[in-house]
Amino acid sequence: MHFGEIKDFVAAQFGAEVIVSEHANNLQPYLVLQTERLAEVCLELHDNEATYFDFLSSVTGIDNGPEAGTMEVVYNLYSIPYDHHLMLKVIVPRNSTSEQLIPTVPTVSHIWRTADWQEREIFDLVGILFKDHPDMRRILCAADWKGHPLRKDYKLQDYYHGIKVPYDNHNEYSGFRGEPVQLISSEDPFGDKREKPEA
Amino acid sequence: MNIPQDKTGEGGVIVTKLDDLLNWARLTSLFPMGFGLACCAIEMMGAYASGYDLDRFGIIPRASPRQSDVMIVAGTVTFKMADRVRRLYEQMPEPRYVISMGSCSNCGGPYWEHGYHVVKGVDRIIPVDVYVPGCPPRPEALIGGFLRLQEIIRQETIREPRAVQQIMAKRMEKGMNNEELIMTNEEPRMTNEELGMNNDPSKPDDQQNPIV
Repeated sequence: MHFGEIKDFVAAQFGAEVIVSEHANNLQPYLVLQTERLAEVCLELHDNEATYFDFLSSVTGIDNGPEAGTMEVVYNLYSIPYDHHLMLKVIVPRNSTSEQLIPTVPTVSHIWRTADWQEREIFDLVGILFKDHPDMRRILCAADWKGHPLRKDYKLQDYYHGIKVPYDNHNEYSGFRGEPVQLISSEDPFGDKREKPEA
Repeated sequence: MNIPQDKTGEGGVIVTKLDDLLNWARLTSLFPMGFGLACCAIEMMGAYASGYDLDRFGIIPRASPRQSDVMIVAGTVTFKMADRVRRLYEQMPEPRYVISMGSCSNCGGPYWEHGYHVVKGVDRIIPVDVYVPGCPPRPEALIGGFLRLQEIIRQETIREPRAVQQIMAKRMEKGMNNEELIMTNEEPRMTNEELGMNNDPSKPDDQQNPIV
Protein backbone atom coordinates (compact mmCIF):
# COMPACT_ATOMS: atom_id res chain seq x y z
CA MET A 1 0.00 0.00 0.00
CA HIS A 2 1.15 3.48 -0.80
CA PHE A 3 0.83 6.52 1.41
CA GLY A 4 -2.39 7.73 -0.25
CA GLU A 5 -4.04 4.31 0.11
CA ILE A 6 -3.11 4.07 3.79
CA LYS A 7 -4.46 7.56 4.36
CA ASP A 8 -7.76 6.63 2.67
CA PHE A 9 -7.84 3.46 4.77
CA VAL A 10 -7.47 5.42 8.01
CA ALA A 11 -10.05 7.99 6.92
CA ALA A 12 -12.51 5.24 6.00
CA GLN A 13 -12.04 3.39 9.28
CA PHE A 14 -12.12 6.31 11.71
CA GLY A 15 -13.56 9.25 9.77
CA ALA A 16 -11.66 12.05 8.09
CA GLU A 17 -11.50 14.15 11.28
CA VAL A 18 -8.91 11.81 12.86
CA ILE A 19 -6.30 13.12 10.40
CA VAL A 20 -5.42 16.62 11.53
CA SER A 21 -3.14 17.31 8.58
CA GLU A 22 -1.36 15.46 5.82
CA HIS A 23 2.09 16.08 4.42
CA ALA A 24 2.31 13.97 1.30
CA ASN A 25 4.96 15.89 -0.61
CA ASN A 26 7.77 15.42 1.90
CA LEU A 27 10.63 13.09 1.18
CA GLN A 28 9.03 10.92 3.83
CA PRO A 29 5.28 11.71 3.91
CA TYR A 30 3.47 11.68 7.23
CA LEU A 31 0.06 12.05 8.83
CA VAL A 32 -0.66 14.17 11.88
CA LEU A 33 -3.28 12.42 13.97
CA GLN A 34 -5.60 13.52 16.75
CA THR A 35 -3.64 12.88 19.94
CA GLU A 36 -6.41 11.21 21.94
CA ARG A 37 -7.28 8.76 19.14
CA LEU A 38 -3.68 7.72 18.38
CA ALA A 39 -3.82 4.40 20.24
CA GLU A 40 -6.97 3.07 18.53
CA VAL A 41 -5.68 4.04 15.06
CA CYS A 42 -2.37 2.33 15.79
CA LEU A 43 -4.12 -0.79 17.06
CA GLU A 44 -6.17 -1.01 13.85
CA LEU A 45 -3.09 -0.41 11.67
CA HIS A 46 -1.33 -3.18 13.57
CA ASP A 47 -4.17 -5.72 13.54
CA ASN A 48 -5.89 -5.22 10.19
CA GLU A 49 -4.78 -7.69 7.53
CA ALA A 50 -4.75 -4.98 4.88
CA THR A 51 -2.08 -2.91 6.61
CA TYR A 52 -0.45 -5.21 9.21
CA PHE A 53 2.15 -2.79 10.59
CA ASP A 54 3.79 -5.37 12.83
CA PHE A 55 7.01 -3.45 13.46
CA LEU A 56 7.48 -0.11 15.18
CA SER A 57 10.82 1.12 13.83
CA SER A 58 11.22 4.07 16.17
CA VAL A 59 9.49 6.51 18.45
CA THR A 60 10.95 10.01 18.60
CA GLY A 61 10.13 12.91 20.89
CA ILE A 62 10.78 16.44 19.61
CA ASP A 63 10.72 19.69 21.53
CA ASN A 64 9.97 22.60 19.22
CA GLY A 65 11.02 25.12 21.83
CA PRO A 66 9.22 27.71 23.96
CA GLU A 67 8.50 30.02 20.97
CA ALA A 68 6.64 27.36 19.03
CA GLY A 69 5.05 26.07 22.23
CA THR A 70 4.56 22.53 20.93
CA MET A 71 6.08 19.09 21.26
CA GLU A 72 5.83 16.24 18.79
CA VAL A 73 6.00 12.47 18.99
CA VAL A 74 6.86 10.72 15.75
CA TYR A 75 6.07 7.05 15.10
CA ASN A 76 7.71 5.18 12.23
CA LEU A 77 5.76 2.05 11.37
CA TYR A 78 6.87 -0.75 9.10
CA SER A 79 5.13 -3.86 7.85
CA ILE A 80 7.52 -6.75 7.39
CA PRO A 81 5.22 -8.93 5.16
CA TYR A 82 3.96 -6.06 2.95
CA ASP A 83 7.20 -4.02 3.05
CA HIS A 84 5.47 -0.68 3.41
CA HIS A 85 6.16 2.25 5.71
CA LEU A 86 4.09 4.88 7.46
CA MET A 87 5.10 7.86 9.52
CA LEU A 88 2.62 9.15 12.09
CA LYS A 89 2.90 12.28 14.19
CA VAL A 90 1.05 13.79 17.11
CA ILE A 91 1.54 17.39 18.22
CA VAL A 92 0.82 18.41 21.81
CA PRO A 93 1.08 21.77 23.61
CA ARG A 94 4.34 22.25 25.45
CA ASN A 95 3.27 23.15 29.05
CA SER A 96 6.70 24.07 30.36
CA THR A 97 5.85 25.91 33.58
CA SER A 98 5.30 24.00 36.77
CA GLU A 99 1.64 24.93 37.21
CA GLN A 100 0.68 23.55 33.83
CA LEU A 101 0.26 19.85 33.32
CA ILE A 102 3.00 17.85 31.64
CA PRO A 103 2.11 17.09 27.96
CA THR A 104 0.33 13.77 27.64
CA VAL A 105 0.13 11.29 24.76
CA PRO A 106 -1.61 7.88 24.85
CA THR A 107 0.78 4.96 25.02
CA VAL A 108 1.20 2.38 22.26
CA SER A 109 3.29 0.04 24.40
CA HIS A 110 0.43 -2.50 24.60
CA ILE A 111 0.51 -2.75 20.77
CA TRP A 112 4.28 -2.84 20.23
CA ARG A 113 6.34 -3.90 23.24
CA THR A 114 9.32 -1.99 21.86
CA ALA A 115 7.49 1.27 22.59
CA ASP A 116 7.77 0.58 26.32
CA TRP A 117 11.38 1.67 26.77
CA GLN A 118 11.29 4.24 23.96
CA GLU A 119 8.40 6.04 25.62
CA ARG A 120 10.26 5.93 28.93
CA GLU A 121 13.27 7.51 27.23
CA ILE A 122 11.09 10.28 25.76
CA PHE A 123 9.60 10.87 29.19
CA ASP A 124 13.07 11.01 30.74
CA LEU A 125 14.74 13.35 28.25
CA VAL A 126 11.94 15.46 26.75
CA GLY A 127 9.24 15.22 29.39
CA ILE A 128 6.16 13.86 27.65
CA LEU A 129 3.93 11.65 29.80
CA PHE A 130 2.48 8.56 28.14
CA LYS A 131 -0.97 7.81 29.49
CA ASP A 132 -1.68 4.18 30.55
CA HIS A 133 2.00 3.25 30.21
CA PRO A 134 2.66 0.28 32.56
CA ASP A 135 5.92 1.67 34.04
CA MET A 136 6.37 5.41 33.49
CA ARG A 137 9.77 5.96 35.16
CA ARG A 138 13.03 7.58 34.08
CA ILE A 139 15.22 5.15 32.16
CA LEU A 140 18.62 6.88 31.67
CA CYS A 141 18.98 9.70 34.19
CA ALA A 142 19.12 9.03 37.91
CA ALA A 143 15.71 8.55 39.49
CA ASP A 144 15.92 11.78 41.50
CA TRP A 145 17.22 13.91 38.63
CA LYS A 146 15.54 17.28 38.18
CA GLY A 147 14.13 18.34 34.82
CA HIS A 148 14.17 16.86 31.33
CA PRO A 149 17.61 17.48 29.76
CA LEU A 150 16.72 17.60 26.05
CA ARG A 151 14.14 20.36 26.44
CA LYS A 152 15.20 23.54 24.70
CA ASP A 153 14.92 25.63 27.87
CA TYR A 154 16.61 23.08 30.16
CA LYS A 155 18.81 24.52 32.91
CA LEU A 156 21.36 22.39 34.78
CA GLN A 157 20.83 21.96 38.48
CA ASP A 158 23.68 23.38 40.58
CA TYR A 159 24.30 20.36 42.79
CA TYR A 160 23.41 16.69 42.63
CA HIS A 161 23.96 14.75 45.89
CA GLY A 162 26.50 17.38 46.94
CA ILE A 163 28.46 17.19 43.68
CA LYS A 164 28.75 20.39 41.71
CA VAL A 165 27.22 19.90 38.28
CA PRO A 166 28.40 22.78 35.99
CA TYR A 167 31.97 22.99 34.77
CA ASP A 168 32.93 26.61 35.57
CA ASN A 169 36.68 27.08 36.09
CA HIS A 170 37.09 23.61 37.48
CA ASN A 171 40.90 23.52 37.45
CA GLU A 172 41.12 26.78 39.34
CA TYR A 173 39.56 25.05 42.34
CA SER A 174 40.82 21.49 42.00
CA GLY A 175 44.36 22.46 42.99
CA PHE A 176 45.84 21.77 39.56
CA ARG A 177 47.45 24.91 38.26
CA GLY A 178 49.04 23.49 35.14
CA GLU A 179 52.65 22.64 34.53
CA PRO A 180 54.98 25.47 35.61
CA VAL A 181 56.30 27.50 32.73
CA GLN A 182 60.09 27.41 32.64
CA LEU A 183 61.94 30.09 30.72
CA ILE A 184 65.25 28.80 29.52
CA SER A 185 66.50 31.65 27.39
CA SER A 186 67.02 35.33 27.94
CA GLU A 187 64.23 37.80 28.18
CA ASP A 188 64.53 38.89 24.56
CA PRO A 189 65.65 35.80 22.63
CA PHE A 190 65.09 37.27 19.16
CA GLY A 191 66.61 40.67 19.68
CA ASP A 192 67.62 42.71 16.70
CA LYS A 193 71.40 42.47 16.54
CA ARG A 194 71.88 44.78 13.58
CA GLU A 195 73.32 48.13 14.17
CA LYS A 196 70.77 50.81 13.95
CA PRO A 197 71.43 54.27 12.65
CA GLU A 198 71.27 56.86 15.33
CA ALA A 199 68.20 58.91 15.14
CA MET B 1 78.89 -27.72 43.18
CA ASN B 2 81.11 -24.94 44.23
CA ILE B 3 78.75 -22.04 44.80
CA PRO B 4 80.32 -19.10 46.60
CA GLN B 5 77.97 -18.79 49.56
CA ASP B 6 79.16 -15.36 50.52
CA LYS B 7 77.79 -13.85 47.29
CA THR B 8 74.24 -15.28 47.25
CA GLY B 9 73.14 -13.52 50.40
CA GLU B 10 71.73 -16.76 51.80
CA GLY B 11 71.54 -16.61 55.55
CA GLY B 12 72.72 -13.07 55.40
CA VAL B 13 71.32 -10.00 57.02
CA ILE B 14 69.71 -7.12 55.19
CA VAL B 15 69.74 -3.77 56.90
CA THR B 16 67.14 -1.32 55.70
CA LYS B 17 64.77 1.31 56.93
CA LEU B 18 61.29 0.17 57.93
CA ASP B 19 59.88 2.93 55.73
CA ASP B 20 61.72 1.60 52.73
CA LEU B 21 60.61 -1.96 53.40
CA LEU B 22 56.94 -1.04 53.80
CA ASN B 23 56.95 1.27 50.80
CA TRP B 24 58.71 -1.33 48.68
CA ALA B 25 56.14 -3.94 49.69
CA ARG B 26 53.27 -1.61 48.89
CA LEU B 27 54.48 -0.24 45.61
CA THR B 28 55.39 -3.61 44.18
CA SER B 29 52.03 -5.21 44.94
CA LEU B 30 49.50 -2.59 43.93
CA PHE B 31 46.20 -4.43 43.57
CA PRO B 32 43.70 -2.39 41.56
CA MET B 33 39.98 -2.92 41.78
CA GLY B 34 38.55 -4.72 38.76
CA PHE B 35 36.40 -1.81 37.72
CA GLY B 36 35.85 -0.05 34.42
CA LEU B 37 33.30 2.48 33.25
CA ALA B 38 33.74 3.15 29.53
CA CYS B 39 36.14 2.86 26.60
CA CYS B 40 39.17 3.64 28.82
CA ALA B 41 38.48 0.30 30.47
CA ILE B 42 39.26 -1.40 27.14
CA GLU B 43 42.73 0.14 27.19
CA MET B 44 43.03 -0.81 30.86
CA MET B 45 42.18 -4.42 30.01
CA GLY B 46 44.74 -4.25 27.22
CA ALA B 47 47.30 -3.14 29.79
CA TYR B 48 46.38 -6.08 32.03
CA ALA B 49 46.61 -8.59 29.20
CA SER B 50 49.72 -10.31 27.95
CA GLY B 51 50.80 -7.62 25.49
CA TYR B 52 51.61 -5.09 28.18
CA ASP B 53 51.39 -7.45 31.16
CA LEU B 54 50.84 -5.26 34.21
CA ASP B 55 51.42 -8.43 36.21
CA ARG B 56 55.18 -7.87 35.95
CA PHE B 57 54.71 -4.76 38.13
CA GLY B 58 52.79 -6.83 40.68
CA ILE B 59 49.55 -5.24 39.51
CA ILE B 60 46.78 -7.82 39.63
CA PRO B 61 43.09 -6.83 39.53
CA ARG B 62 41.06 -7.85 42.55
CA ALA B 63 37.35 -8.56 42.52
CA SER B 64 36.51 -6.70 45.70
CA PRO B 65 37.17 -3.15 46.91
CA ARG B 66 38.03 -4.57 50.33
CA GLN B 67 41.06 -6.34 48.85
CA SER B 68 42.26 -3.49 46.64
CA ASP B 69 44.87 -0.80 47.10
CA VAL B 70 44.20 1.38 44.08
CA MET B 71 41.10 2.33 42.15
CA ILE B 72 41.52 3.09 38.44
CA VAL B 73 38.62 5.32 37.44
CA ALA B 74 38.68 4.25 33.79
CA GLY B 75 35.97 6.10 31.91
CA THR B 76 33.13 8.57 32.04
CA VAL B 77 31.72 9.06 35.53
CA THR B 78 28.02 9.84 35.24
CA PHE B 79 26.00 11.26 38.09
CA LYS B 80 24.15 7.98 38.31
CA MET B 81 27.49 6.20 38.83
CA ALA B 82 28.93 8.89 41.14
CA ASP B 83 27.27 7.52 44.27
CA ARG B 84 28.56 4.03 43.47
CA VAL B 85 32.11 5.27 42.82
CA ARG B 86 32.11 7.07 46.14
CA ARG B 87 30.79 4.03 47.98
CA LEU B 88 33.38 1.74 46.37
CA TYR B 89 36.14 4.17 47.37
CA GLU B 90 34.86 4.23 50.94
CA GLN B 91 34.89 0.42 51.04
CA MET B 92 38.60 0.28 50.21
CA PRO B 93 41.01 -0.09 53.14
CA GLU B 94 43.77 2.42 53.83
CA PRO B 95 46.25 3.07 52.35
CA ARG B 96 44.27 3.60 49.17
CA TYR B 97 45.10 5.41 45.97
CA VAL B 98 43.13 6.64 42.99
CA ILE B 99 44.29 6.86 39.39
CA SER B 100 42.02 8.96 37.21
CA MET B 101 42.36 7.52 33.72
CA GLY B 102 41.36 9.55 30.69
CA SER B 103 39.93 12.96 29.96
CA CYS B 104 36.39 12.13 31.08
CA SER B 105 37.32 11.28 34.63
CA ASN B 106 40.01 13.99 34.76
CA CYS B 107 37.78 16.91 33.87
CA GLY B 108 34.65 15.76 32.02
CA GLY B 109 36.45 15.42 28.70
CA PRO B 110 34.27 15.97 25.62
CA TYR B 111 31.23 16.28 27.88
CA TRP B 112 32.60 19.28 29.78
CA GLU B 113 30.12 21.82 28.43
CA HIS B 114 26.93 20.13 27.25
CA GLY B 115 27.11 16.81 29.07
CA TYR B 116 24.38 17.28 31.65
CA HIS B 117 24.92 13.72 32.92
CA VAL B 118 28.72 13.70 33.42
CA VAL B 119 30.60 14.57 36.60
CA LYS B 120 33.16 17.17 35.50
CA GLY B 121 36.11 15.37 37.01
CA VAL B 122 36.09 12.45 39.44
CA ASP B 123 38.04 14.65 41.89
CA ARG B 124 34.70 16.23 42.73
CA ILE B 125 33.82 12.95 44.42
CA ILE B 126 37.04 11.32 45.65
CA PRO B 127 40.67 12.49 46.04
CA VAL B 128 42.84 11.62 43.05
CA ASP B 129 46.56 10.82 43.22
CA VAL B 130 47.53 10.49 39.58
CA TYR B 131 45.83 11.91 36.49
CA VAL B 132 46.52 10.03 33.25
CA PRO B 133 45.66 12.20 30.23
CA GLY B 134 44.40 10.82 26.95
CA CYS B 135 41.18 9.91 25.22
CA PRO B 136 41.57 7.06 25.84
CA PRO B 137 45.17 6.82 27.13
CA ARG B 138 47.25 4.07 25.60
CA PRO B 139 48.35 1.23 27.88
CA GLU B 140 51.83 2.81 27.99
CA ALA B 141 50.27 5.94 29.49
CA LEU B 142 48.49 3.89 32.16
CA ILE B 143 51.77 2.15 32.97
CA GLY B 144 53.32 5.60 33.22
CA GLY B 145 50.60 6.53 35.68
CA PHE B 146 51.40 3.48 37.79
CA LEU B 147 55.11 4.33 37.76
CA ARG B 148 54.22 7.84 38.93
CA LEU B 149 52.07 6.36 41.70
CA GLN B 150 54.98 4.15 42.72
CA GLU B 151 57.13 7.25 43.03
CA ILE B 152 54.47 8.83 45.26
CA ILE B 153 54.36 5.75 47.49
CA ARG B 154 58.15 5.66 47.66
CA GLN B 155 58.13 9.10 49.33
CA GLU B 156 55.80 8.03 52.14
CA THR B 157 56.81 7.47 55.76
CA ILE B 158 54.96 5.73 58.57
CA ARG B 159 55.73 8.58 60.93
CA GLU B 160 53.41 10.78 58.89
CA PRO B 161 50.77 8.50 57.37
CA ARG B 162 49.01 10.16 54.51
CA ALA B 163 45.51 9.30 55.68
CA VAL B 164 46.09 10.96 59.04
CA GLN B 165 47.59 13.97 57.35
CA GLN B 166 44.54 14.31 55.14
CA ILE B 167 42.22 14.18 58.13
CA MET B 168 44.37 16.76 59.93
CA ALA B 169 44.39 19.00 56.85
CA LYS B 170 40.61 18.77 56.66
CA ARG B 171 40.35 19.83 60.30
CA MET B 172 42.75 22.69 59.77
CA GLU B 173 40.51 23.88 56.96
CA LYS B 174 37.62 24.04 59.36
CA GLY B 175 39.82 26.09 61.68
CA MET B 176 39.50 23.89 64.77
CA ASN B 177 42.25 23.87 67.38
CA ASN B 178 43.27 20.83 69.38
CA GLU B 179 40.87 21.31 72.30
CA GLU B 180 37.92 21.76 69.99
CA LEU B 181 38.87 18.56 68.26
CA ILE B 182 38.58 16.66 71.52
CA MET B 183 35.34 18.43 72.39
CA THR B 184 33.68 17.60 69.09
CA ASN B 185 34.68 13.96 69.61
CA GLU B 186 35.26 12.97 66.04
CA GLU B 187 36.87 9.73 67.19
CA PRO B 188 34.96 8.91 70.38
CA ARG B 189 36.24 5.33 70.45
CA MET B 190 39.78 6.51 71.10
CA THR B 191 38.88 9.03 73.78
CA ASN B 192 36.48 6.72 75.57
CA GLU B 193 39.04 3.97 75.83
CA GLU B 194 41.65 6.41 77.05
CA LEU B 195 39.33 7.73 79.72
CA GLY B 196 38.14 4.25 80.69
CA MET B 197 34.51 5.12 80.04
CA ASN B 198 33.82 2.17 77.81
CA ASN B 199 33.05 -0.19 80.71
CA ASP B 200 29.59 1.14 81.50
CA PRO B 201 27.25 -1.84 80.90
CA SER B 202 24.05 0.21 81.17
CA LYS B 203 24.57 1.92 77.82
CA PRO B 204 24.62 -0.08 74.64
CA ASP B 205 27.71 0.31 72.53
CA ASP B 206 26.10 2.12 69.67
CA GLN B 207 25.02 4.96 71.93
CA GLN B 208 28.55 5.53 73.09
CA ASN B 209 30.03 5.16 69.66
CA PRO B 210 28.27 7.10 66.99
CA ILE B 211 30.67 5.54 64.48
CA VAL B 212 29.42 2.01 65.19
